[in-house]
Amino acid sequence: MLGKLTWDAIPLEQPIPMIASGVVALTILAILGWVVIKGHLPYLWREWITSVDHKRIGVMYTLLAMVMLLRGFADAIMMRMQQSVAFHSQGFLPPEHYDQIFSAHGTIMIFFVAMPFMIGLMNFVVPLQLGVRDVAFPTLNSVGFWLTATGALLVNISLVIGEFARNGWLPYPPLSELAYSPGVGVDYYLWSLEISGAGTLVAGINLVTTVLKVRTKGMNYLRMPMFCWTTLATNLLIVAAFPILTATFAMLLLDRYLGFHFFTNEAGGNVMMFVNLIWAWGHPEVYILVLPAFGIFSEVISTFSGKPLFGYRSMVAATMAICILSFMVWLHHFFTMGAGADVNAIFGIATMIIAVPTGVKVFNWLFTMYGGRVRFQTPLLWSIGFMVTFIIGGMTGVLLAVPPADFVLHNSLFLVAHFHNVIIGGVLFGAFAGYTYWFPKAFGFKLHEGLGRAAFWCWLIGFYVAFMPLYVLGLLGMTRRMQHYDVAQWRPWLIVAACGATLIMCGIAFQIAQLVVSIRQRAQLRDETGDPWDGRSLEWATTSPPPAFNFAFLPEVTGEDAFWQFKKRAAEQPGAEEMPEYRDIEIPRNSATGFVCAFFATVMGFALIWHIWWMVAVGAIGAFATFVVFAWRDHDEDTVPADEVARIDGSSRAQRHAILSREAAE
Amino acid sequence: MTHGHDEVFDDIDVAPGDEHVEGGGVGLRILGYLTGLGLAILLTATSFFVAGTDLVWEPSIPVALVVLAIAQMGVHLVFFLHITTGADNTNNVLALAFGVLIVILVMGGSLWIMANLNHNMMPMDQIMQMQR
Amino acid sequence: MSTVALTDTHHGAAIRDWAGAAPKRIVTGYGFWIFILSDMIMFSAFFATYAVLLGQTAGGPSGRELFDLRNVAIETGFLLASSFTCGLASIAADTRSTIWFQLAMAVTCALGLGFLAIEGNEFASLVARGAGPTRSAFLSAFFTLVGCHGLHVSAGILWLLTMMAQVFAKGFRADIQRRILCFALFWHALDIIWIAVFTVVYLIGSAI
Repeated sequence: MLGKLTWDAIPLEQPIPMIASGVVALTILAILGWVVIKGHLPYLWREWITSVDHKRIGVMYTLLAMVMLLRGFADAIMMRMQQSVAFHSQGFLPPEHYDQIFSAHGTIMIFFVAMPFMIGLMNFVVPLQLGVRDVAFPTLNSVGFWLTATGALLVNISLVIGEFARNGWLPYPPLSELAYSPGVGVDYYLWSLEISGAGTLVAGINLVTTVLKVRTKGMNYLRMPMFCWTTLATNLLIVAAFPILTATFAMLLLDRYLGFHFFTNEAGGNVMMFVNLIWAWGHPEVYILVLPAFGIFSEVISTFSGKPLFGYRSMVAATMAICILSFMVWLHHFFTMGAGADVNAIFGIATMIIAVPTGVKVFNWLFTMYGGRVRFQTPLLWSIGFMVTFIIGGMTGVLLAVPPADFVLHNSLFLVAHFHNVIIGGVLFGAFAGYTYWFPKAFGFKLHEGLGRAAFWCWLIGFYVAFMPLYVLGLLGMTRRMQHYDVAQWRPWLIVAACGATLIMCGIAFQIAQLVVSIRQRAQLRDETGDPWDGRSLEWATTSPPPAFNFAFLPEVTGEDAFWQFKKRAAEQPGAEEMPEYRDIEIPRNSATGFVCAFFATVMGFALIWHIWWMVAVGAIGAFATFVVFAWRDHDEDTVPADEVARIDGSSRAQRHAILSREAAE
Repeated sequence: MTHGHDEVFDDIDVAPGDEHVEGGGVGLRILGYLTGLGLAILLTATSFFVAGTDLVWEPSIPVALVVLAIAQMGVHLVFFLHITTGADNTNNVLALAFGVLIVILVMGGSLWIMANLNHNMMPMDQIMQMQR
Repeated sequence: MSTVALTDTHHGAAIRDWAGAAPKRIVTGYGFWIFILSDMIMFSAFFATYAVLLGQTAGGPSGRELFDLRNVAIETGFLLASSFTCGLASIAADTRSTIWFQLAMAVTCALGLGFLAIEGNEFASLVARGAGPTRSAFLSAFFTLVGCHGLHVSAGILWLLTMMAQVFAKGFRADIQRRILCFALFWHALDIIWIAVFTVVYLIGSAI
């Protein structure tokens, strides 16, 4: 009846997962209870869960990412603690658990923190920057988010029902084949990522189409903000790379479920084909993670230097070059696995070449700051921290790109330090910069600056204390993913690394505190003009938060830094703004399609993992039915009547005029 | 221009799959599809013939088949999907080119890498034999 | 929004500024085109795997012994004809003639089902002969690649029937027209992939 699922699936004898899931379950119940009792459920359903508004979906993606950051970080703290004590000792985490923890850590951080964070920021900002009302396919946007949430849910369920994969964040066969991983762990991993991969693909299609076809009048390609260019490159990569992931995981699933022989040891399977294909996805994936961060830094650095971005066209060229080149380097992830000198050499050289456009970008950022009136507020601090940190990480990457060097350092802690260096320094710092920068636009009030700075310094110093020792350890010969070790020389470095992790934990604590304090002090921190940072692009032309329709009148753009031009013109001719005639505005109608579809996807995923075949059929039929119901609806848009638009827009205009004239008087 | 949908940008862009037939009647459009069908049948028949014949130098058969396949894909793209080189089709062609590039990189790269690996490494079942 | 703004230039040539968000048909069609390209890339991963595992028959049967090119020719004929009738359906949709649309779609459906029947038959007979996907890596790759295409055809037929129902219930509304455009793109793309399949898998595969 219930396939492989029995009561034994709950790990009652393991205290750590039981306590963790207990705490999480209680927290969720408490929040749910509070929401229901206070009567917020209808609001939540109407305004958030069924919303197809890109701003709401962007916020939900980001919220998912931040919550999953806590889970992934908890895994990291456990790993650091284990490695500090596991010298001539088994530590407190037996290998079966330790293996699940490092696998979950990597999987969650990449797929459920970094990806949703970036996709969330892109979703929120890009339509505003392009001067339009929403993305190309709003309902599909909702579907994509909820499918990603499904993936996150399945991974977290594995904590309390069953187990997770033990093979690291990429399930290399033959270890991940049924013969060597007979449990449900790898299945949890595979189905969760197949489902969320579909969600990511959908987001990719959406954003590519939006940037290429849905821009306001006058917004030529070379007038788009840099963040929109990096969004285009990122989503082209998503659309190109994620199908490879889908195919490769499908083949592994066929091996595990139906006895196929793609990657098995017997009957002619080829284990290396998995490695080859997964990295053909895996390398573009890391550029998918970092390119939006580059875009964020371009926006932040030019805004906080009060100057247009230096070398805009070379930035565009560099971005598109990275996009194409990222598909030509993937073998560098398996130099040591038998390809031979000529293949290794070519991919090694290609890897070094791809560092060049990034270098172009760094110089452009520096030249943007040079000669500007630089304001060292939190978003810019993150950007400067990024530049220093990412350069170090990038250089160690170029070092690893040399095949002979990689033969020594592959799969050592040097590698681990390198990729954390670029992912934390690049992606995560970018995410935090973007979060701080666009928070006032999303919620109407700024984040507390002092706590933001404290968080930044804890993260920056904590990062170096946590990861620089790992470079040393790699050079001292320590392999990654070690549950215990006997080399005395390594221990002090691991303890220092654990201290670094604790510092980072303080950084996270400051970020949580910052959010709480900012919400409490939101009256003082209110953003009243919609333009708290003296911005240059169109998102700052709206109120904070923007109305559902974003702009009462879609702007007409005549150059780069569109909003900056508008402000200059308005300053030169004050009061010259004509009051145009308001019209009815059509906005996409909310829909439960995304949420319901994801519900059935969760049911299907769980049933597939536990071999509950009748439930799989129920889920599949439900998902198909959801789409048919959606296809049958007759009204896909709501109308905001002209006088409502006038009321919303009029009040914000009056407010901003008051503030601008007050500032002009000062 | 095709009917039955919203306002059209005649000189800016056309949706992939839409035809831009100037004042085209139904007859002209059906003719287009018939031409495509005819060419495709021709190319398919040639492929099957080449695969089974002794008249062609054998090592060149795979190459010939691939060329015929690419030609037929072109026929489909032009006659059924109406992808042209006109200015209104630029975005569609660019996207197609990007897709084709990635396909070539993935397939070509994988074949090259795997050939190298298979050449350098023992087959898996032999490795397993050694470990027993 | 359909006016085109001419910007001032010093060079004498007219530069056209971006005139604003494209109409829905173009946006929808383009988005689906991008999806099709992503699907092609997914197929290329399966193709690459097939090519790599081509010789891995694990002592079992190879393509030459297993493939019946007569059936492949018939399947190809069915799919090609269905692409043609799908094109006719597109024309019928544009000219809003319900009868021709439903007829063309019905014929397309029949041809697609015929294709699936032959393919299903082939798979069943292979399994019965002990040449199922679990026999060797080559056969796993074969069944997956060809089967994935067959799954896409099956999904396409479900979609086709839904479109016939939609036109029957609601006529040629703008959003239904857009979906018909997307369906046609999908169906033609499947035929393009089949060209690769019959060439690489069956024709080249029987020569090895």
